[in-house]
Amino acid sequence: MSIWKKSFLYMLLSVAAFIMFFPILYAFLISFMQGGEVLQGKIIPSDFSFTNYESAVQKVPLLRYLWNSFVVSTLIMVGQVLFCCLAAFAFTFIQFKGRNVLFLIFISTMMIPWEATMVPNFQTVRALGWTDTYLGLSVPFFAMAFGTFLLRQQFKTIPMEMYEATQVAGVNRFQFLFKVVLPVSKTSLVTLAIYCFLSAWNMYLWPLLVTNDERMRTVQIGLKQMQSQELATEWGVVMAGVVMVILPTLILLFLGQKRLQEGLTRGAVK
Amino acid sequence: MIAGKAQGQLKIKARRSMPSFVEGLLYLLPSILLFSVFLFYPMLKTIYLSFFLTDAQGNAELFVGLEHYSNLLQSTAFRTSMKATLLFVLYTVPAGIILALFLALLANQKLKGIGFFRTIFSSTMGMSVAASSVIWLFMYNPAIGLGNMMMKTFGMSEMQWLLSPDTALISVAISTIWMNTGFSFMILLGGLHNIDSHLYESGKIAGVSDFYTLRKITLPLLSPTLLFIVTVSLINSFQTFGQIDILTKGGPMESTNVIVYSIYKDAFVNFNIGSASAQAVLLFAFILIVTILQFKWGEKRVHYQ
Repeated sequence: MSIWKKSFLYMLLSVAAFIMFFPILYAFLISFMQGGEVLQGKIIPSDFSFTNYESAVQKVPLLRYLWNSFVVSTLIMVGQVLFCCLAAFAFTFIQFKGRNVLFLIFISTMMIPWEATMVPNFQTVRALGWTDTYLGLSVPFFAMAFGTFLLRQQFKTIPMEMYEATQVAGVNRFQFLFKVVLPVSKTSLVTLAIYCFLSAWNMYLWPLLVTNDERMRTVQIGLKQMQSQELATEWGVVMAGVVMVILPTLILLFLGQKRLQEGLTRGAVK
Repeated sequence: MIAGKAQGQLKIKARRSMPSFVEGLLYLLPSILLFSVFLFYPMLKTIYLSFFLTDAQGNAELFVGLEHYSNLLQSTAFRTSMKATLLFVLYTVPAGIILALFLALLANQKLKGIGFFRTIFSSTMGMSVAASSVIWLFMYNPAIGLGNMMMKTFGMSEMQWLLSPDTALISVAISTIWMNTGFSFMILLGGLHNIDSHLYESGKIAGVSDFYTLRKITLPLLSPTLLFIVTVSLINSFQTFGQIDILTKGGPMESTNVIVYSIYKDAFVNFNIGSASAQAVLLFAFILIVTILQFKWGEKRVHYQ
């Protein structure tokens, strides 16, 4: 590659990176500004003090929201990975009548937009007495066709001979799943887990519907509340809240980016 | 003793020979159960409710047949909502995919430090809709936001962004494109990685231009991934909610009242659950059609390696 082409590429990359990352950087900078500075339209804060972060935590129960989101996301992640593992295992290693039909039914669930079902789901959760509970926030999302599909692609790479060999050795199917299939598929499982956690953490509409109690709100709803209460007066505090909400997922993404990209593409295309 | 042992063996045998149909179903049971309770049943219930007048709790009270549908098709509010939804899809999907493709091609170069740029480009995947929307809400603030500061710097007149019915939808669309780029970028970059590098090398030996390589090798081989991301983007776009709720609340003058927001408002604010259900059924139909079209079109046009 010629030096000209190289420098041109680096320039393009830098400009694109700056533009793409700017909103995040901007939120970060604003989060250190006092009211006056924000109103003057400054870009760089005069000093980096954490007062906005302190007031964000004091004004709304942000730590409680963060905890709620963490619990709900972890529950959804564990539930989805577990259910997807079991289903994908059946679709790969157990031959039975009607399997293809069931697989088609699984795929067809991807065509039902979740929003089209939210009214009856809300009624169900209310009838179960699950409003304002972690169960109501997480259980409806445990089954996931995309994840089942993704894991099935991975499981299919395990040779059938391996399965037959363990059968001869007297290992039953359930043990085979936990002793052989899952350890071999660690990468895909981690990918799926990261993906599930990110999507759950970022859920918005469902938590909005099924939480009324201040103490059960997730962080995304907390942000919305914070923004509507503090609007126009204390943008620095609001942005401090934003930074605290995005930090966990950004870190998770930065750590898992490579793995996520490889794993998701595999599920998407093959 | 012997009898006990024999019994034990029998038990093992019985367990072994559990019909695979039952065993398969056992593994699938958790998922099937949840899909039934939280997906298939509510979808049917939604269709059912769309034929009824309900009380505020959503209990069906009076069968009205297709009245909700015919009312919707005649109402200007619904037409506005449809128009907003379709325009929003049109604004966000093509531009979003082209941007993500551009970034993915750029980040697919073998350069030192490229990992850093890849991470930056995918960063919006870790940004929630709520957090992103709050940031953009500030940027669109006419008095102190970055949007008008930039307009001033470039000598253009200030804009009302989210506050004017003419620009609100496009402003929400711009922020949405930004939010979705991370995911599309990541998928497309993964697709580019999967293309056999030998093909590029033979292209290089044959001395063809970069543009020719892109058009004749990269894009055709990337088409399965492109098709996937087009489908996902279309479906996501139809399902937009969070950014509307934070940025505009469907306004001004209903100009950003996209279909999911409209369903939400009808069901949970106006308690007009029958009409909300009818809209939900229409949303389902849209997405079904889009998916089927993609499949049909995809089979003909997509190259698989």
